[in-house]
Amino acid sequence: MQRGLDLETKKQLEEEEKKIISEEHWYLDLPELKEKESFIIEEQSFSLCEDLLYGRMSFRGFNPEVEKLMLQMNGKNKAEEVEDETVELDVSDEEMARRYETLVGTIGKKFAKKRDRANYEEDENGDIKPMKAKKMFLKPQD
Amino acid sequence: MAEAAAVVAESLAGGRARAARTVLDQVVLPGEELLLPEQEDADGPGGAGERPLRLNAGARARVRVVCGPGLRRCGDRLLVTKCGRLRHKEPGGGSGGGVYWVDSQQKRYVPVKGDHVIGIVTAKSGDIFKVDVGGSEPASLSYLAFEGATKRNRPNVQVGDLIYGQFVVANKDMEPEMVCIDSCGRANGMGVIGQDGLLFKVTLGLIRKLLAPDCEILQELGKLYPLEIVFGMNGRIWVKAKTIQQTLILANILEACEHMTADQRKQIFSRLAES
Repeated sequence: MQRGLDLETKKQLEEEEKKIISEEHWYLDLPELKEKESFIIEEQSFSLCEDLLYGRMSFRGFNPEVEKLMLQMNGKNKAEEVEDETVELDVSDEEMARRYETLVGTIGKKFAKKRDRANYEEDENGDIKPMKAKKMFLKPQD
Repeated sequence: MAEAAAVVAESLAGGRARAARTVLDQVVLPGEELLLPEQEDADGPGGAGERPLRLNAGARARVRVVCGPGLRRCGDRLLVTKCGRLRHKEPGGGSGGGVYWVDSQQKRYVPVKGDHVIGIVTAKSGDIFKVDVGGSEPASLSYLAFEGATKRNRPNVQVGDLIYGQFVVANKDMEPEMVCIDSCGRANGMGVIGQDGLLFKVTLGLIRKLLAPDCEILQELGKLYPLEIVFGMNGRIWVKAKTIQQTLILANILEACEHMTADQRKQIFSRLAES
């Protein structure tokens, strides 16, 4: 006598179980709705429709900050090029080059070893120039 | 005006939808449907607007159209929801379609995201301020939404102060929220509006007219005497000049210029310039 069920009956039982489970699932009995891609976008803001100026304004120098803001914001909207393209330099180029020259020495001194620091103090113009060549090992000649 | 009324009556009686481009700059009433250009059937003898739907939708490339204030999307057509003149703007950057909107007039402001408005602080509760912007409910403004504000460094805002800010959240389901900084964290002129000056209310259409790029009224005003103005899209204007009398003159001019013709305006300005 066989204990348990046959393969066939097993299969049948499984199928029935599946049927019961799938019937219990809810679904909408509607025809398939095709989602249409809409080509119309809804916007409620007027700023997209009309090019409006910036809301804060000042005339005849009453509030200089607001006047600067006006130029900035309205310039951004109109995408006009700024007439003043040259940036005023705080430090001239020559001065910058001079500073860099001495800067290399000053920063280099920070990382130099104690023995090498002596080389830095030799040049006396007030400028610290970078150090001289290191003393290498000289092989004795026979 | 009689012609406009006749045309409108005809279309309402007929119940047909009209092509948007034939109605530009004309008066439209709520309930009208407008057809976009690509939906007009140029072939048939019925003319534009008779058979709006095409079965072969892929025949023409559809361009994206933006429907602005006063219009709603209704299937493939535009439905008018406010009365006013229909306007259209061509796309600048090449992204197709352009913008359609209705130029209407109203006094009541409905908060819209991105709008710059003037608000009055009505309450301070915990970490947020309640700001009255003229809408159905007061907007909330967090104290951290100011430039350079931290938990220790609170902004100096009192009840009754005027605030110029913009909305970050504004829809019909939620309470509107506003901030006084932009997305980069800079103030850009927003924040507490200074001392003195006068705040008054005008219609929303006038604000848009004054903020148009080629507004003569502002240019003429600027020549009179030194002054400062802040326009809020919620219909509020704040003006300040050196003396109280000048401030009041400004306020009266701005309120009245809505109903004046250009000639009357020029007369008034020339009289002021003399005195």
